[in-house]
Amino acid sequence: MTPLQAIPLAVAIPVAILVVLGSTLTLIGALGLARLATFYDRLHAPTLATSWGTGGIIIASALMFSFIDGRPVVHEFVIGFCIVLTTPVTLMMLGRAALQRDRAEGRDPFRDGPSGDADGNPSAGS
Amino acid sequence: MTRLVPYPFLSLSLIVLWLMLTRFSLGYLLLGTALSLVAGQAYSALHPAKPRVRRWRVLPRLVATLFWDIMRSNIAIARLLLTEGRNGRRSALARIPLSIRDENALALLAIILTATPGTAWLEYETATGVLTLHVFDASEVDHYHDVIGKTYEPMLMEIFE
Repeated sequence: MTPLQAIPLAVAIPVAILVVLGSTLTLIGALGLARLATFYDRLHAPTLATSWGTGGIIIASALMFSFIDGRPVVHEFVIGFCIVLTTPVTLMMLGRAALQRDRAEGRDPFRDGPSGDADGNPSAGS
Repeated sequence: MTRLVPYPFLSLSLIVLWLMLTRFSLGYLLLGTALSLVAGQAYSALHPAKPRVRRWRVLPRLVATLFWDIMRSNIAIARLLLTEGRNGRRSALARIPLSIRDENALALLAIILTATPGTAWLEYETATGVLTLHVFDASEVDHYHDVIGKTYEPMLMEIFE
């Protein structure tokens, strides 16, 4: 009997649900990154993977290995902690670089007003 | 004591982190302690604003609110991404004036907004205190104005200021 077969159904079902949830959200995020048209929109897609995408898989992993080992296994949460703390740094750097580029090229996303269109696309002909 | 351990909470967290990633033994404890003290010294060279947490009991409420918000916006963004091109979604830039000034509170707000899908922190002007946010779904701009101004800012203020 493998360790996996020893897991009672009551644990296996939530673990399966969380793994499927986490990986599905990550996949949707990745698809979004590929399909979205503008840079600013693309910033949003991977946040699905860094929030519940990672979260679901981490919780599932902690739950399953805590059961197999018979002791609380929590070091997965360190991964989650580090992802949550480091994502803003990259995101802000990319976002500000994009803003800087847009301004340098004379298409300030703010010119349409305080909450105007933010496509970040060059207008036709420019 | 303060000179040796400038950031006791940071050093303690690093020791706990180290022990979580290895196994508990005296050797690892000593090694982890030494590393965390060095890290604390290195960190103080950056002269960060020392966080002063005034009310710890607000923190669980903040975490709970954030948990639900992340769940809610995960579903919303996943749905928008799956129907992309058919739902007429537009993104928008929102300029939100913030009243919090504390560096650590702002850092925490940046983490909160980044962890919540649908909002991307683009820019914060220190002089005016205006935050530029990129909002994935333009119809949610008012919602985020509300959430930041009425939910997160008061909580962060209670914690830090």
